[in-house]
Amino acid sequence: MTDQPLVPETQAAPSRLRRALDSDLFYAFRRSPVAVVSAIVSLLLILSAVFAPLIAMTNPFDPSSLNLMNGFTPPLEPNAFTGESFLMGTDDQGRDVFSTILYGMRISLFVGFAAVLFAVVLGIVLGLLAGYFGGWTDTIIMRAADVQLTFPSILVAMLIFGIAKGITPVEHRDQMAIWVLILAIGLSDWVQFARVVRGATLVEKNKDYVSAARLIGRRPGAIMLRHILPNILSPVLVIATISLALAIIAEATLSFLGVGAPPTQPSLGTLIRIGQSYLFSGEWWILFFPACTLLALALSVNLLGDWLRDALNPRLK
Amino acid sequence: MLSFILKRVMQSALVLVITGAIAFSMFSFVGDPIDNMLGQERTMEDVERLRAQLGLDQPIPVQYVKFLKEAAQGNFGVSYRQGREVSEIIMERAPATLELAAVSAILAVVAGIALGVFTAIRRQGLAANVIMSTSLIGVSLPTFLIGILLIYLFSVELGWLPSFGRGEVVRIGNWTTGFLTESGRKALILPAITLGLYQMTLIMRLVRSEMLEVLRQDYIRFARARGLSDRVINFRHALKNTMVPVITIIGLQLGAIIAFAIITETVFQWPGLGLLFINAIQFVDIPVMAAYLMMISVMFVIINLVVDILYAMIDPRLRVTAK
Repeated sequence: MTDQPLVPETQAAPSRLRRALDSDLFYAFRRSPVAVVSAIVSLLLILSAVFAPLIAMTNPFDPSSLNLMNGFTPPLEPNAFTGESFLMGTDDQGRDVFSTILYGMRISLFVGFAAVLFAVVLGIVLGLLAGYFGGWTDTIIMRAADVQLTFPSILVAMLIFGIAKGITPVEHRDQMAIWVLILAIGLSDWVQFARVVRGATLVEKNKDYVSAARLIGRRPGAIMLRHILPNILSPVLVIATISLALAIIAEATLSFLGVGAPPTQPSLGTLIRIGQSYLFSGEWWILFFPACTLLALALSVNLLGDWLRDALNPRLK
Repeated sequence: MLSFILKRVMQSALVLVITGAIAFSMFSFVGDPIDNMLGQERTMEDVERLRAQLGLDQPIPVQYVKFLKEAAQGNFGVSYRQGREVSEIIMERAPATLELAAVSAILAVVAGIALGVFTAIRRQGLAANVIMSTSLIGVSLPTFLIGILLIYLFSVELGWLPSFGRGEVVRIGNWTTGFLTESGRKALILPAITLGLYQMTLIMRLVRSEMLEVLRQDYIRFARARGLSDRVINFRHALKNTMVPVITIIGLQLGAIIAFAIITETVFQWPGLGLLFINAIQFVDIPVMAAYLMMISVMFVIINLVVDILYAMIDPRLRVTAK
């Protein structure tokens, strides 16, 4: 086609990107400096975790790249034996702290995202079932939620971790630890999603479009997933963002306590746990940089979630 | 009112039945304690002897009935790791956690209410704004980082306070206390601040927002018109009415303090129940885990029950909707 179209394409059908950029949400986003800064910080951290193998100087978990002589090198100072210097120093085994942080962040973020995804899916399914069917289904699911809410979620996560660890065979414990962690944090977090979804489903199921769908003979499963679910997703999205920050902190806390990611696959929390033992001998950098990274990550995601909650709340407009 | 209390008691009993079932299934289905106790080098006879000794060779229903009987008497058997009675270990560790939790709770309540009232009255002041924005950071900082920060500042840099342990303790009957020695009191400061800080900020923010709400109401304006002093208005008229929701939160947070003590105790190597629980998870020491679970659920259930009933007594609206 060499002919010029009569109407420029962008005008006829604005692209998805264009529409996203013109939306109210993006306008509100641009107007809030806190949101912009925290979005940039979280995006930077997430990208550097994803592309860690390209950015990191060394793969800290490849024994051949390590030199024990490099141990305890302070940041930006040449090592006394090898003369090498490192941006954030090295730990006891001569691993570059900057590289371990990048790889540790991968594990923290992976566990955080996977745990929230698990909690969201579980919460949506149970919430839809409870809200749509009511009766006994509702009673059982919501009672279980009440029982779980009696306890702080970090305690629930610890307990699930302990039980799951006991079930896995001893020789697989270290490999399974990450998945056990996801299970534990996810299971400790589904209740709030189920409650929100149930509440929204109760409202939606009496609307005309649901009656119409039922009238043409769609099955309950299809009505719940194809008709009701798309209309109740936005509060779920908001809670999920805030949950992500909490899941990252929960993961770090569990790993710090020694009931999370093992030293062979250290997350940020494991790195902080390792670093704490060198606090007294003056090697502050082993603790300091992972702690700052965790803080930046948790804080930026948290602020983003807070902003999203306010921006999507119609009452505040 | 009676039906409301009855309903809540039934609910609490249900929670206990469920946690009891979880605790028991931990015993019967999680791992093989024999593996944990004997290690790699063992003979089949050793295994059989220990299995019979711990009663693990009996059928599951028999074990369950035995578990319920024993648990009701506070007997959870022998720790797989330490080889001692779990109830004995728990009695030994409980004073450390309870003293820490009590000091943290008092700190959180007193400082939280005081700061909340202050920031509400001096809403525009510089100090109030500084406190409010610092509290935001305090809420987002994970507890264990606050602990490490305090250790770094006061133990490593300044060398004023100890960074781990309970200091010297004095034994009074079955109870050990750190209040009576100087090193015990010093050792308590940092853990208590770490543990209480989150609850303090929570109480402070709640008191502040409730107080601002109350100060806008007509009877406060009327009190001002009558020419009462600020002191009387703020403390006698306003503060009193903000206390209802605050008491609820304080009650619920008491349980949270005991649970979060796990983190603080690990940071400061405080020899209490939380550290015991974490070590039990690390070594899959099922009897200790189960005992801790049962103990903490009884505690949580009682706290929740008392708070709910108190709340219904204070606020009659709740009784109507609860039916």
